[in-house]
Amino acid sequence: MATKPFEGVRHKVRSHLSQNEALVFEKSSPGKKAYKMPPLDVPAVDAEALLGEAARQDLGMMPELSEIEIIRHFTRLSTWNYAIDLGMYPLGSCTMKYNPRVNEFVARIEGIAEAHPYQPESLSQGALEVIRLLQECLLDITGMDAITLQPAAGAHGEFTGILLVRAYHQSRGNPRRKIIIPDSAHGTNPATAAICGYQVENLRSNALGMVDVAQLEQMVTDDTAALMLTNPSTIGVFESEIHKIADILHAKGALLYMDGANMNALVGKTRPGDFGVDVMHLNLHKTFSTPHGGGGPGSGPVAAKKILEPFLPTPVVVEGAPGEDGRRSLRLDYDRPHSVGRVRMFYGNFGMFVRALAYIMANGPDGLRQTTEDAVLNANYIRKNLEDVYELPYRTPTLHEVVFSDRRQTQKGVKTGDIAKRLIDYGFHPYTTSFPLIVPGALMIEPTESESKEELDLFIDAMRQIAREAEENPELVLNAPHATRISRLDETMAARKPVLRYTRPAEKS
Amino acid sequence: MRYLPKSPGERIEMLQQIGAGSMDDLFATIPQEYRLERDLAVPRQMGESEIVDYFRQAAAHSAAGYTSFLGAGAYRHYRPVIIDSLVQRGEFLTSYTPYQAEITQGTLQAIFEFQTMICELTGMEIANASMYDGSTGAAESVTMAVRITHRSGVLVARTVHPEYREVMATYAQHQGLTAETVGFGEDGRLDLAALEQSVSEETACVLVQSPNFFGVVEDIPAIAEIVHKKGALLVVSIAEAISLGVVRPPVEADIVSMEAQSFGVALSYGGPYCGVIAAKEKYLRQMPGRLVGETVDKQGRRGFVLTLSTREQHIRREKATSNICTNQALVALMATIFLVVYGKEGIRELALHNLAKADYAAKQFSSSGRLLFAGSPRFHEFVIETAEAPEQLNAKLLQQKVIGGLPLGRWYPELGHASLWCTTELNTREQIDYAASLLQHDSEAALSRA
Repeated sequence: MATKPFEGVRHKVRSHLSQNEALVFEKSSPGKKAYKMPPLDVPAVDAEALLGEAARQDLGMMPELSEIEIIRHFTRLSTWNYAIDLGMYPLGSCTMKYNPRVNEFVARIEGIAEAHPYQPESLSQGALEVIRLLQECLLDITGMDAITLQPAAGAHGEFTGILLVRAYHQSRGNPRRKIIIPDSAHGTNPATAAICGYQVENLRSNALGMVDVAQLEQMVTDDTAALMLTNPSTIGVFESEIHKIADILHAKGALLYMDGANMNALVGKTRPGDFGVDVMHLNLHKTFSTPHGGGGPGSGPVAAKKILEPFLPTPVVVEGAPGEDGRRSLRLDYDRPHSVGRVRMFYGNFGMFVRALAYIMANGPDGLRQTTEDAVLNANYIRKNLEDVYELPYRTPTLHEVVFSDRRQTQKGVKTGDIAKRLIDYGFHPYTTSFPLIVPGALMIEPTESESKEELDLFIDAMRQIAREAEENPELVLNAPHATRISRLDETMAARKPVLRYTRPAEKS
Repeated sequence: MRYLPKSPGERIEMLQQIGAGSMDDLFATIPQEYRLERDLAVPRQMGESEIVDYFRQAAAHSAAGYTSFLGAGAYRHYRPVIIDSLVQRGEFLTSYTPYQAEITQGTLQAIFEFQTMICELTGMEIANASMYDGSTGAAESVTMAVRITHRSGVLVARTVHPEYREVMATYAQHQGLTAETVGFGEDGRLDLAALEQSVSEETACVLVQSPNFFGVVEDIPAIAEIVHKKGALLVVSIAEAISLGVVRPPVEADIVSMEAQSFGVALSYGGPYCGVIAAKEKYLRQMPGRLVGETVDKQGRRGFVLTLSTREQHIRREKATSNICTNQALVALMATIFLVVYGKEGIRELALHNLAKADYAAKQFSSSGRLLFAGSPRFHEFVIETAEAPEQLNAKLLQQKVIGGLPLGRWYPELGHASLWCTTELNTREQIDYAASLLQHDSEAALSRA
């Protein structure tokens, strides 16, 4: 009698019903309302008379629904999402850690949430103080001298950082032409260098997946503006020769830029400013627990050494003269003749500063250090418990994330993307697939500190069962996920015939 | 350490399994000389109540309780309660970019609805999932136009928000662009004759804002005609999205860049807000940022995915349309909910209230100052020129807990005695009358001194 092929047991989840829900446009019906304006206390106006030809006639297909329908609509949609609040979200490089709720609470306090960016400085002292304190914390955490909180996200921080690099070289007479980027880098790095007017030179990683120092030494010339380095690297390994790397660059007058995406491995244990970094960005939505929100908002502060301070974006927060009462006040300084200019209107994603500061306060120095240690402990625990079933392409000790490859599973035709989809059936969000590019078929796993041993054990159990399924029942993995509302989507069709907005059936040709 | 789900015993157990003697063993790859051997100089670990107290105190040093007439790119509008109820659901708040479509359909469908409503409101054919904000969105719209036209000249109306123009200059400086500004006329609108003279075969695009920084609605059809005659693109920036409830959408534009903060997003001292780029469909391949598209699953059921990612940095690296990665998804969700709450009728009614308040306020204030650009169509902002310097005037108003208009001299020296006032549906008639009476009193005092 033929035995049934192996199918793993799902310990973390079982199925439950999820509600169907149409688009708001399909649910709309003329005359339904979810709002009520107060009576107008000034004379009503005739829009046509005031605006003339510029008056709008119609709002087209905008929806009309009642409040209960809207609540149900978005609540139903929300239940179709996986989230950190439901379980482990080991998306490598993204640092999907717990987002504390007190952060959300304090960001919504009236004097904070309703502060207008142009309100007088005398009424903005609370907001400016939050900025100043967060800056001081981040400077000590990074070991740098100067900082701007203006960039809106990590890639925007990279842009700002490379502008600082360019302005620095320009001030010395030559902006230089090249930026060196390892092949293991995030795609944002080369994209950033390009929009700042630099040619990208690709640095191949060595056999250990690290910077090839000898190769770097040959590449760096007096036309090199900077090296953009992620440390720990995207395979989760600390660049032990970091100071040699910095020395090579500095000897030629080039600067060391650090992509701080992986700062969750370092906080409280070591500081980029101490190991030779000249400029770096942080991601408050990774390391400092501000919510990812389905893809933003982020916040990407840029910290730099003293030599780059004159070039920071305007405005910067500085101490003003003491007032009549002797109390010091803070003000926004716009008089920065060497500044690279503004990278964003106003002062950055202030709401995220509030959340990040609340996170730092909830942890303190001891909590921040323990957080880093737990993040590294978790990644190493996963590595230890999976390295016999998944190929570990680089055996160097890792910090906060571990990168396997699908080499063994591909023998049965199962790729990293398939294993990721099967992981969904087991109740987990997939890891990052196919990145970094130096690992063919990468499985990039970053558990963060937020996972208990129990959750990690469930994850390890799921990954091991999937490895066995891939061996004994590859079809099951190849067609995953099986337990979701929808199965794999036709991405080719989506790209070939893009439908990017709803149109009423009658309007469809 | 209330966020860390491990007991000391579990840590030891895990270390033993790994084969590490201590936590420090795990950090052995960090050279000894770079290890931090002291505590970080950050505030000590605080209880939740202490954290709340700290921020309550910070919030107390603020403008809470003041009447405000500030706008200028950040607008006070009522935020329906259900916005925060819904966006604080963990499934929205604590998920990430919807790369794994099977378990992120909620975010994906909401973005698809957002894209659709942005198209509907702006009169464009496609819209992306969001940009950081209106200023960076405008800058990226300009670089998008440069890629489309293969030209490098950029003309920017001086009536575009000054901070948007500064951001654009920062973005443009290393991409070989030459940016020039075009002035405004007596009517506070873009000087069309000057535009006609400036636009040429080298012009990639013209960037205007409507309603512009002075609150005046630009003559988009006339501008478009001039711009298109030379084969350049028209980029229209919209800083006050609520205006679209009563102001005709810029359908003649090629690209529209909008700041959606007014759609239910808190002021929050300037961010996070929500930019979005909309455009004609033929420019799809040059659009920066995420796009959500409709497709079907294996069983033919409707679903949504991130699509056309070959434009983006994680695929194209240095050849990408932009380096943008994380955008403003949760803020776009706030805007989506706001738009559904107000809906087809409500957005119009809300815009009409804003229009009426500003019309009333401008009339009340013009008895103590001169209303500039009076004959031009406006939305809810207006410029008042006073005998007294606006900074001094504002200092007096502040003593009465009124935050006056934004002085314009900082960006427009010729308007040194003018300030930009804004009234929204949240300004009551009583507030407007009170501020007007303070201004009246002050101008009479100034007259009697003179």
